[in-house]
Amino acid sequence: MSGFFKSSIGRKVSMALSAFFLMVFLLQHLSINMMSVFSAELFNEVSHFMGSNPVVQFALQPVLIFGVVFHFVMGLILEIKNNKARKVSYAQNNGAANSSWMSRNMIWSGLAILAFITLHFIDFWFPEINTKFIQGDWSGLHNGEFRYYHELQEKFVNPIRVAGYCIAFVFLGLHLAHGFTSAFQSVGAASLRKKLGVIGKAYAIIVPLGFIIIALYHHLNHNH
Amino acid sequence: MNLTLKIWRQKDASTKGKMVDYKVTEISEHMSFLEMMDVLNEQLVNSGEEPVAFDHDCREGICGMCSMYINGEAHGPDRGVTTCQLHMRMFKDGDTITIEPWRAAAFPVIKDLAVDRSAFDRIQHAGGYISVNTSGNTQDANAIPIKKEAADTAMDAATCIGCGACVATCKNSSAMLFVGAKVSQYALLPQGQVEAADRVKNMVAQMDLEGFGNCTNTGACEVECPKGISLENIARMNRELMKASV
Amino acid sequence: MALDSKVPKGPIKDKWTEYKNHINLVNPANKRHIDVIVVGTGLAGGSASATLAELGYNVKAFAYQDSPRRAHSIAAQGGINAAKNYQGDGDSTYRLFYDTVKGGDYRSREANVYRLAEVSANIIDQCVAQGVPFARDYGGLLDNRSFGGVLVSRTFYAKGQTGQQLLLGAYSAMNRQIARGKIEMFNRHEMLDVVIVDGKARGIIARNLVTGEIERHSAHAVVIASGGYGNVYFLSTNAMGSNVTAGWKVHKKGAYFANPCYTQIHPTCIPRSGDYQSKLTLMSESLRNDGRIWVPKNLEDVKLIREGKKKPTELSEDERDYYLERRYPAFGNLVPRDVASRAAKERCDAGYGVNATGEAVYLDFASSFVRYGTEQAKVQGIKNPTDAKIKELGQEIVKAKYGNLFQMYEKIVDENPYETPMMIYPAVHYTMGGVWVDYNLMTTIPGCYAIGEANFSDHGANRLGASALMQGLADGYFVLPYTIGDYLADDIRTGKISTETPEFEAAEKEVRERIEFFVNNKGMHSVDYYHKKLGKIMWDKCGMSRNAEGLKTAIQEISDLRKDFWQNVNVPGTDTEFNEQLAKAGRVADFLELGELFAKDALEREESAGGHFREEHQTEEGEAKRLKEFQFVSAWEYKGEPKDAVLHKEPLEYENIEVKERSYK
Repeated sequence: MSGFFKSSIGRKVSMALSAFFLMVFLLQHLSINMMSVFSAELFNEVSHFMGSNPVVQFALQPVLIFGVVFHFVMGLILEIKNNKARKVSYAQNNGAANSSWMSRNMIWSGLAILAFITLHFIDFWFPEINTKFIQGDWSGLHNGEFRYYHELQEKFVNPIRVAGYCIAFVFLGLHLAHGFTSAFQSVGAASLRKKLGVIGKAYAIIVPLGFIIIALYHHLNHNH
Repeated sequence: MNLTLKIWRQKDASTKGKMVDYKVTEISEHMSFLEMMDVLNEQLVNSGEEPVAFDHDCREGICGMCSMYINGEAHGPDRGVTTCQLHMRMFKDGDTITIEPWRAAAFPVIKDLAVDRSAFDRIQHAGGYISVNTSGNTQDANAIPIKKEAADTAMDAATCIGCGACVATCKNSSAMLFVGAKVSQYALLPQGQVEAADRVKNMVAQMDLEGFGNCTNTGACEVECPKGISLENIARMNRELMKASV
Repeated sequence: MALDSKVPKGPIKDKWTEYKNHINLVNPANKRHIDVIVVGTGLAGGSASATLAELGYNVKAFAYQDSPRRAHSIAAQGGINAAKNYQGDGDSTYRLFYDTVKGGDYRSREANVYRLAEVSANIIDQCVAQGVPFARDYGGLLDNRSFGGVLVSRTFYAKGQTGQQLLLGAYSAMNRQIARGKIEMFNRHEMLDVVIVDGKARGIIARNLVTGEIERHSAHAVVIASGGYGNVYFLSTNAMGSNVTAGWKVHKKGAYFANPCYTQIHPTCIPRSGDYQSKLTLMSESLRNDGRIWVPKNLEDVKLIREGKKKPTELSEDERDYYLERRYPAFGNLVPRDVASRAAKERCDAGYGVNATGEAVYLDFASSFVRYGTEQAKVQGIKNPTDAKIKELGQEIVKAKYGNLFQMYEKIVDENPYETPMMIYPAVHYTMGGVWVDYNLMTTIPGCYAIGEANFSDHGANRLGASALMQGLADGYFVLPYTIGDYLADDIRTGKISTETPEFEAAEKEVRERIEFFVNNKGMHSVDYYHKKLGKIMWDKCGMSRNAEGLKTAIQEISDLRKDFWQNVNVPGTDTEFNEQLAKAGRVADFLELGELFAKDALEREESAGGHFREEHQTEEGEAKRLKEFQFVSAWEYKGEPKDAVLHKEPLEYENIEVKERSYK
């Protein structure tokens, strides 16, 4: 089995498995965030549960971080290897004739997403870590109220940040537009190819669009 | 029609190559692309220059020898054809046509447009066969019925001509369509089952060793493949390798 | 030297079995010390290499292509015959034997053909075991189709790519042996001479086509499996690189060359479109199962069609002349190839050709669309289907059977054959003649064998469809591996053959001198210039029909052309690089000699038989007239110039088959 993951196909499968995990995570992330559009209380409750539950914090969170890092590092390794497989490039290459832009530029959409994740960590994750692990405050309260909804809204005041988020979500959509079906193809789901193509397109549009709606909603409806 | 050709010229594997411009005139639209190249070469020979070297043999789209990257596409802009079946009616008078060899680290240039595809052979040596002796004492051909669907799908995979267009067109120079097709052919037939696990492991290992890139499922190979080999063969190979590895 | 065919005694059905029971064998430990060279890796060479290696011999295989998988066997489309009688339609070994001898116009050796029919069934078993994906029916059993010249369905097929699948099967068997180290594969190598030591073939001189290096290779036996010489016509359905060089070199060193004039002109090829044409494309004969061949009845319609003022589909049934069905009611469109080709030529010569050059007839599928469509409508339970629906259903069936051929036609001609009939015309396709071999497949040089299309043995004056694949694989898998052992049994104590001998030295020197001549000559005409001229002489005077006057002129013209070639040929580049022109120069030089012998053979054969049609020898209805006194194999011995070649006759005796007028009426 260890030999398997050293092979080209094994690496490809591991990219797909980490992608599946991240795609499930995205759905989960989207559904919780979506609650903020409908009910501040519900959002606060769920956020607090996620933020304080030890299983989430000490098991799922490290797995998630590992997943992100793995997907990124493996993607980069594969990109470097693939570049080495062609030493002299074509004087003229018409890639658009046979493949989608998204499929040929996963590394760029991926790097854009990575840049976004950095920003996102600075915005949300680092402050969380600071509050919980450095200051030791696990209450989730600020001035006697749950702080989550308030903090969320605060982040979407600045229109530049909102624009940045929206652009990143577009890249996420592009990444998913190829990534979703590609992951299934990698694990050998051949016979479902047509159906998966439709589901993949829907997923690649709905998930990023959901995040964009949330960002815009809070930008337009903040209470300050 | 009159055309300008930009052609890759490279003396041998160790010399650096470059694009060189040529003009050809009075090309008939009914000519095949290689017949147009014949006209150019006859012209070069008669003017004391060295003709352009390129691989070709059957000129009917089945031997897999011809291999030109034309205007940025393997076997040119037409679909379902090899270079030798591409006809000049696909081009217009006054066009400039760029002609390059297959480019991949695993396919070093021999001269001009001819490349060395022996890596494909070595992958086949690693497992592209069923170990059966040619004694003439094998069981009757109809002893094991094979579902028509399986036989047809195996045939579709076996249609691969080993030209290497998949590698040439893949942004990663991956050979997975080629290897996937062979693995699939045998995986779909009862005769191939006995050695299935070792076959896929050994062929993939050799493929990796040859320096082909990794597949990222862009699907370009399937589009450019002159024989329409389906991407499903790669998926099947992935499954076969997973099955073989657990 | 008198020709001894070495056919074993006894009843024909026991000959091969008895033979195998009594030949000498080489014990497995000794096989390890014996080397065999195989030149050519198509169906015959590939299957022979694999089997010899599997038996334990050390095989060195040579191919001019970059991989064995590219040999031109790959282009065979329609199928492979085998007397399996899976259809229960009365097939048997005898019937396949009978059909092949009759199809060959009683000019093949009985014992060889019977053996071929005998092992044919084994080939299918072998290939299925190797994973060749033959077409199957819904019950999972192998499907068959029928081919020209026979009354049973015995042709196994893999879409329209049977040759490809069989070759890949043989290639896979080779790969297994290459992986084991039992075959050493020399790709992009061309054999340029055979080396004879003490009267035996002991090696070859080969050139590495990439580096230009001249190499010596020794062995205890040399097998020539280099295919046919159809490219002597310049335009043929052969691959661009197909050549006679290996066969011709052994001929010059003592192997007799048999029946060079027997050439198959295949009836269903895509017509020529212009002078620039580099090769002709075959459409499988299997198309004649479902297509009907016709030309217009009236010359006015021909004129209008040529001018583009009328479409073939506008002609009513009674304005069409289905000339094969008219002349040969019993076999109709499925007459043998030579008959179909000549009939097309007859119509076109009479002015009924339907394209601009006047060299094309129609192959029409309209009636099979209706036939299959009606059947499908019944199967699918469609009541009162419209004509359009029937046509659509019928086209689907035809597409499933011949889709790739229809697509190929459309790509080349730029016309949709589902909507308008195909245009076809005969083209040179296969050469029944070749190096003379005895029952053991050994040439007149001891230790030098010839198999597959390179030899002359099994097809007489005309080959039936789907029999080339059968012969190639029979020779390679099942015949040669036995017969060669009988010879090599004497060589177990010989030890490794040295290449440092005067014989190798001399052969290499000769090869080098010739190559040096080519690169230094700097004449004024390209190699193709000569090849095209030779091709034109051959097609005009040694083509589908021949006469004494034309053949005499051809001999003179070829001889003159050869002299001109050796003075004025221009080969660019050097001899130490990948130089296609140089490789081709050597091949054309050999064609220029073979062509003359070809014409001489055709001139001396004062009869019509199969692919050899002499205008002086025909019946009143224009059918070929065979003559009893020519019931022999013409085996030519090399004596310098082709015109000085000496004829040796191997009489053909038919004990198991009655020699009859070949009639397909």
